[in-house]
Amino acid sequence: MTAGGGEAGEPGYPLEFGLMAEFHTEQVVHMFRFVLRRLLSAIPTVFIVVTISFFMMRLAPGGPFNLERPLEPQVLAALNKTYLLDQPLVVQYWHYLKNVLQGDFGPSFIYRDYTVSELILQALPYSLVLGSWALLIAVVGGVAVGTYAALRQNSAFDYAVMSVATLGITIPNFVLGPVLSLVFAVILGWVPAGGWGDGGFRELVLPVLALALPQLAVFARLTRGAMLESLRADHVRTARAYGLPARSVVVTHALRSALMPVVSYLGPTAASVLTGSVVVETIFSLPGVGRYFVLGALNRDYTLVMGTVVLISLFIVVFNLIVDVLYAVIDPRVRYE
Amino acid sequence: MTDTVLDIRGLHVRFQTPSGDVHAVKGVDIAVGRGETVAIVGESGSGKSQTMMAVMGLLAANGRATGSARYGDRELIGLPLREINRVRGSELTMIFQEPMTSLDPLYTVGRQIAEPLMHHAGLSARQARERAVELLRLVQIPEPERRVDSYPYELSGGQRQRVMIAMALSCNPKLLIADEPTTALDVTIQAQILELLADLKARTGLSIAFITHDLGIVRRFADRVYVMRTGEVVEEGRVAEIFATPKHPYTRMLLEAEPTGRKEPPPIDAPVLLEGRDVNVTFKLGGGFLAGAPIEIKAVNGVSLALHAGQTIGIVGESGSGKSTLGRALLRLNHGVGQIRFENHDISTADRAGMRKHRRQLQLVFQDPFGSLSPRMTAGQIVTEGLLVHEPQLSAADRDRRAVEALREVGLDPASRNRYPHEFSGGQRQRIAIARAMILKPKVVVLDEPTSALDRSVQKQIVDLLRHLQEKHGLAYLFISHDLAVVRALSDHIMVMKNGKVVEEGPTDAIFDAPREAYTRQLMAAALGGKVAA
Repeated sequence: MTAGGGEAGEPGYPLEFGLMAEFHTEQVVHMFRFVLRRLLSAIPTVFIVVTISFFMMRLAPGGPFNLERPLEPQVLAALNKTYLLDQPLVVQYWHYLKNVLQGDFGPSFIYRDYTVSELILQALPYSLVLGSWALLIAVVGGVAVGTYAALRQNSAFDYAVMSVATLGITIPNFVLGPVLSLVFAVILGWVPAGGWGDGGFRELVLPVLALALPQLAVFARLTRGAMLESLRADHVRTARAYGLPARSVVVTHALRSALMPVVSYLGPTAASVLTGSVVVETIFSLPGVGRYFVLGALNRDYTLVMGTVVLISLFIVVFNLIVDVLYAVIDPRVRYE
Repeated sequence: MTDTVLDIRGLHVRFQTPSGDVHAVKGVDIAVGRGETVAIVGESGSGKSQTMMAVMGLLAANGRATGSARYGDRELIGLPLREINRVRGSELTMIFQEPMTSLDPLYTVGRQIAEPLMHHAGLSARQARERAVELLRLVQIPEPERRVDSYPYELSGGQRQRVMIAMALSCNPKLLIADEPTTALDVTIQAQILELLADLKARTGLSIAFITHDLGIVRRFADRVYVMRTGEVVEEGRVAEIFATPKHPYTRMLLEAEPTGRKEPPPIDAPVLLEGRDVNVTFKLGGGFLAGAPIEIKAVNGVSLALHAGQTIGIVGESGSGKSTLGRALLRLNHGVGQIRFENHDISTADRAGMRKHRRQLQLVFQDPFGSLSPRMTAGQIVTEGLLVHEPQLSAADRDRRAVEALREVGLDPASRNRYPHEFSGGQRQRIAIARAMILKPKVVVLDEPTSALDRSVQKQIVDLLRHLQEKHGLAYLFISHDLAVVRALSDHIMVMKNGKVVEEGPTDAIFDAPREAYTRQLMAAALGGKVAA
């Protein structure tokens, strides 16, 4: 998204027409109240997610201390007692809720010396950096490619882009990741095959691409479809009939309305990309959150899994809220009162 | 003509489609003189809009124009985008049929008017805004200083069309191309817009090319007229001449297509079939969790009527007057309250099952012949669907025979019953919709703007068909329309509605010849009135 609306000194009419609706103070207040209301209504949502995940997790066979080499019965009993696993499920649930409300997600069952909060806070920055780059590339690249393809509908470029995009969507990143790694790290030797290193371009480029490309393909297809429709809209015809330059016709008048479906998809995608990709983090051995989710689940590390579930659901709630606010920013007809 | 603004010679427009080239405009010559209003008249598909789209370089991607369209000493056909962008929007401007969608919903109207000013006239943002306010005042938008910051959705259809006109006039154009600018508007708004255009033209010496299918507008508004049919100009001349002595048979047909005739009133002792007493329909807007009480809108406010066998009651009003809502309330198709009696049964409290036995007697035909027929069913299936419910004992062969009868009755070839709606024209589809109602042998038919989406000549055919069916079967019609000419030709009693209430009612001739209420007079003047001062 480019520059904003009314700039100081020139009420309402900056020469560059931005993509934002103009707001009145009253609307900002309404919006603020809407955000508060939504955050309040997120509490029951997260509560339900926590409850369902808690009980589903316990329904799965096995437990954190069912190891390949079984523990002594006394040791097991002691451990179960320490972690309250000998109590009825409802009691455990009650304790968990009480602790979570106090911000305590409990100790990890597997990484004995760490609390879940410590593990997640330590891993989250890696996932956020990786995810932010991937999201940025996917959105900017996807919107640009999709727009260009729509402008050149049925051209060779359009067909090429859409074929590649279809491939991009159908090839899962557990295939794309290793292929990228094989070609650029193993065969060409341009970049390392894995590891965070100092988090520079060389280390990040492959995992970011592996994470971004499938999403870029989706964004490109979405944008192209929406742009094809919006380029045919009456108001875009008006813009053309009034001799406005192509940039204004395409960006100001056509693209802005075409962004709505893109923004809808952005919400859940951002939440899932930013909270770490299990596959990409595993393939490129990166210390992000995604890995903990899988390791936690495989090891029945109840608290760790619950912690990541809460994290992901919070991200989803927040990003869906951001999407709703973006709707109102793009379209003045969307008002939350 | 020495003083010609736009000179179109031998213009052809072709569209490439998967099923071959479509030759939409076939060698058209049209000239617009300085300060002249030229009407281009034709029915849908005549190529009148595409001719002007080609001039403006606005053809769809698969369209190609050849020939010549000279503006001053510039040839517009084949002009590169950069060149044509210098002319369009500043010297040649255009307003469109759809005021609801022609403005960008995401920007304030001030900003949209300012954009061409800044681009073509090089005004600063501040100057453009000031000029936008002036222009809004010129097109008589109330409170222009405030309205300049409105978004299109905050304006009515008429106001949006005024904004479009303001935008069109912003750079002092030489020629305004108006593509059916009033078709989507109510008659009183239509008259205001035409008056505004005439006034602006007188003040600025603007030339106008007016594309329309409405001969009433041509007569009132234009100096010269071109009649187009299937991509060709069949006749041209001064308006007075064309209306007095049309030479081409197609022009004569168009002129005669104005619906005429009167309906014979039903016998005085005809029984009352459908009766509504104090009918109210209220809609609730908004409301809900943390949003407070909803706003109540009385769409129909205490309306009573009695429809006799063989009678047609015409319900006239502009959009939002509640006329369609009333029609639906009488058929118990919405949440209306009030006493409704059909053939001496009180149906106002009947539930769905209780209504079912009456439903076949109470039929409805809709306005939009495109949206009201299922695209996945054949004409035969559409027409006979009601029989499946109301006469389930019929065999497939019986139903097929009935479909043949019904289609023949509405003047369609029964052999076409295996075709799908998209293979029919608008008029034919409306005939299918009428056949769907008739096959059940109803007593009352609510006709909700059945002719509004159709060309005049087709309209006339449908009016004749409806009249014929009524005589043959003694039907009672509730005819809902904003089109006074059609209402007059079909009804023997008229109710004028405004804001959910009946403003005036009475026998057709009394209402048309001596309307008592100011609103009725206004409606008549707007629809059937004399020439606007130009």
